[in-house]
Amino acid sequence: MPATTTPDRGRERLELRDLRRSFGSFNALDGIDLTIEPGEFIALLGPSGCGKSTALNCIAGLLALTGGEIRLGGARIDQLEPERRGFGMVFQSYALFPHMNVRKNVGFGLAMQGIRGAEANRRIQDALGLVRLESQAEKLPGQLSGGQQQRVAIARAVVIRPPVVLMDEPLSNLDAKLRLEMRADIRGIHDQIGSTTIYVTHDQDEALSMADRIVVMSEGRIEQIGTPQELYQRPDNLTVADFMGFRTRIPGRVVSVAGSEAELDIEGGRVRATVRGAIRPGDAATLSVRPEDLVATPGEGIPATVESMEYRGRAWFGLASAPDGTRLYFRSGEALPRGAATTLTPTPGSALVFGEARA
Amino acid sequence: MSAPGNERTGSERMGRERMGSREGGVSFRARLAARGIDGTTLLVLPGLLLMLLLFIYPFAYGIADSLSPAEGPWYANYAKFFGDPFQSRTIAATLWLALPVTLVNLALAVPIAFRVRLMKRQRLLTTILVLPITLGTVFVADGLLTFLGPRGWFNHTLIGLGILDSPVKLTNNYWGVFASLLITGFPFSFLLVLSYVTGIDPAIEHAAATLGAGPRRRFWHIFLPLLVPGLAVTFCLAFVQAYAVFPSAVLLGAPSGPTRVISIAAYQAAFEQSDHAYGTAIAIIMGGVELVIVAGVLALRSLFYSGPVAGTKG
Amino acid sequence: MIRDQGLLSKIWRFAVWAVVGLFVLNLLAVIVVVIINSFSTRWLGTWLPAGWTTRWYFSAWKEFQLGSIVLVTFQIAFAVVLISGLIGVMTAYALARRDFPGKRAIILMFLLPLLIPPLTYGIPLATLLYKMGFGGTFWGAVLINLVPSVPFVVLVMIPFVEQIDPRIEAAARVFGAGTTSLFIRVLFPLLLPGMLAALLLVLVRTVAMFELTFLIAGPTTQTLVVSLYYAVFASGVRASQSIDAMAVVYMVTTLIWLVLALQFVSPTQIVARAKQQ
Repeated sequence: MPATTTPDRGRERLELRDLRRSFGSFNALDGIDLTIEPGEFIALLGPSGCGKSTALNCIAGLLALTGGEIRLGGARIDQLEPERRGFGMVFQSYALFPHMNVRKNVGFGLAMQGIRGAEANRRIQDALGLVRLESQAEKLPGQLSGGQQQRVAIARAVVIRPPVVLMDEPLSNLDAKLRLEMRADIRGIHDQIGSTTIYVTHDQDEALSMADRIVVMSEGRIEQIGTPQELYQRPDNLTVADFMGFRTRIPGRVVSVAGSEAELDIEGGRVRATVRGAIRPGDAATLSVRPEDLVATPGEGIPATVESMEYRGRAWFGLASAPDGTRLYFRSGEALPRGAATTLTPTPGSALVFGEARA
Repeated sequence: MSAPGNERTGSERMGRERMGSREGGVSFRARLAARGIDGTTLLVLPGLLLMLLLFIYPFAYGIADSLSPAEGPWYANYAKFFGDPFQSRTIAATLWLALPVTLVNLALAVPIAFRVRLMKRQRLLTTILVLPITLGTVFVADGLLTFLGPRGWFNHTLIGLGILDSPVKLTNNYWGVFASLLITGFPFSFLLVLSYVTGIDPAIEHAAATLGAGPRRRFWHIFLPLLVPGLAVTFCLAFVQAYAVFPSAVLLGAPSGPTRVISIAAYQAAFEQSDHAYGTAIAIIMGGVELVIVAGVLALRSLFYSGPVAGTKG
Repeated sequence: MIRDQGLLSKIWRFAVWAVVGLFVLNLLAVIVVVIINSFSTRWLGTWLPAGWTTRWYFSAWKEFQLGSIVLVTFQIAFAVVLISGLIGVMTAYALARRDFPGKRAIILMFLLPLLIPPLTYGIPLATLLYKMGFGGTFWGAVLINLVPSVPFVVLVMIPFVEQIDPRIEAAARVFGAGTTSLFIRVLFPLLLPGMLAALLLVLVRTVAMFELTFLIAGPTTQTLVVSLYYAVFASGVRASQSIDAMAVVYMVTTLIWLVLALQFVSPTQIVARAKQQ
């Protein structure tokens, strides 16, 4: 693959300070603070309406801030028009110029910078090579598949060698298989060009597999920032835990706290779990555990009645209900009949306890 | 249904034959259905019939009628029109009204539509603008006669502001008709252009902006090329309306002078002089001239990109 | 949406809004002068009339026989709406759901009346209708108005039908709906908003249609807009306030239906429907 690496670009730190954006009385962004190191791949993760796309549009300059500032390499850029920020952006709907062929689409940013002729051709060719579309250069966007269109959009965004590439759910219009392929492609392109990438998604698998750091957002605020491992193993609160696959939540009361371990009384037993957040004995708390870490073990643990089972290759996964109606997602080595009584135990060290009482 | 042994009863053979013939019937219907013709398709028939009776047949009848004059060769009605400057001049008079008005309407509609697309509450403005379109030319002509008249608000205001010394004559001449075509034609062009402009995926503009295109270059490189097909259609539809100007040319213009448009000529020939063959000939010339211009504009349009502009979703 | 700052763009923005403001001001003034004049005792060269009165409405109602004119207008318009609605929706359904040889030609035929000046097809049709004895009759006026109305309904309804997923109809059939109950229980409710919009717009257009009705209308079949034309044409015979009172009556009868139609479509759609094909 051609070397389009330009080590001098993407060497600027992007700082977001207290970003605010409101629509009438609704605060879409409610104070976002984030420092992004040069060359980092950052994923903004959250459910729809959490403000992640608003944040991206504000960084791009497509949406004016109602408060806060954005600095690139120390210089304020939040008052600049989008066309003067020099960022590359990839859109969910691809947003290719339908009346221009692939070559003209990719070359548009260069033409706007006044780069023409041999230099432009070489860079267009390099960018098309990066996304493996050299042979499609003369086609119109309407003649390409969705995946190809999105690759053109990526080539168009990176050809101008932007310090920051912004991606707004670029894979959400593609089918599942193509999404997996494109994940690797996008991360590969990021590593080759060395730009900073900010990637908005609502898919935690995407975020976990691609990002250096993930920013989990909810209701216009940042819930947690961390590497994929940190978020996966140590979510700070129930919202993040929910996003990271901790599906089972059992209400309980804290019995004792020792360091990072706590003992918790729940319906049908007492469990040990890792403490997240500040809790004291006597507090109401929530035990949270992933389905794969809550195992059906005969004879001990939380009593439950099996509701349904499904086979997922290596193991059986099931839904059971506790006597008080709490829904318990669990793993089992064998299929259990519906209505069977079973007992569920968290694998050691896997359960987390949050000092929030939320069912 | 297999019969025991080799013997076949007559009734069974008949049964098979009947089945065979039914299969033939089904396959005929299936063949029709494969070409898209079935019970549902037949629902076009009443509409088709109505249009054949009320549109195609009268039209054909009219052409035949205009080509069989009371005296002279078959083309006598057409020769009469083009040989009489008082009549043939109406083509130029009509175009001299319709073309400038359409261009002005379009030239105003594009920048205004670009502003209004950014507006959050467009509804009030678009509702006001749809008023003259629904009220029609007769009402507008009646209002303009008072409004633009020598003692109307328009002259009153301009004199009051010191812009004019004495009233300017704006009715019973070219400008009266021009004003009426502006009042009904601009909203029409504007609403059409607005629907085209808002039909363009905003992400396309955003993409151009992030790639370094300022507002002017976004307009010239992205919006305008994508809008050309829509503007061509708007031009045609707006032109068709202005070209067919009739009541306001009579009421607000000088119907025996500069605003004697071709529809007046056609109407007078057919209903005032009761020469329906001649009137129909003029009406057909009228339609022909219009279609030539519309076809020309649409041919130019085909030189531009005219695919979807709404972006690909899903 | 992107909003750019800068002096030039501010001036440009101001200029654009100024033009919009001027246009709207003039447009509203044209309508308002008609209303004011219809209520004025005498109005000559001043901002507002010398005095106010409602007597012109009474005299116009008698002079122009507005009662019967309004009645005829609505009879003609509702007949046109009923017929073009029935035929137009059927045709639109078939055109939206089936692909068959000759479909493009048929669509072109429905498009032509909207592209050709009304007088071009109106004059031969009116000639023919006169010959057949329909001149000046109620049905003559209805027939000539069907020519633009049926294509209008067809072209408005095609996208409405297309947006209804055919799988919904298939589902209804799977659940045992026959053709009649499919139509009554499934299609009709789904098509209703589109049909109401199309038919209300046909109503507005027929009430306001001058050119075609004018060609065929006789003394007893004049619609409001044709009578208004004759009154303005012969202005000087009647008091201008009386004519304007009639114009206001006409305006009200048109705008009622427009207001209703706007419950179902936006003003942009009213004109943009025509461009769909």
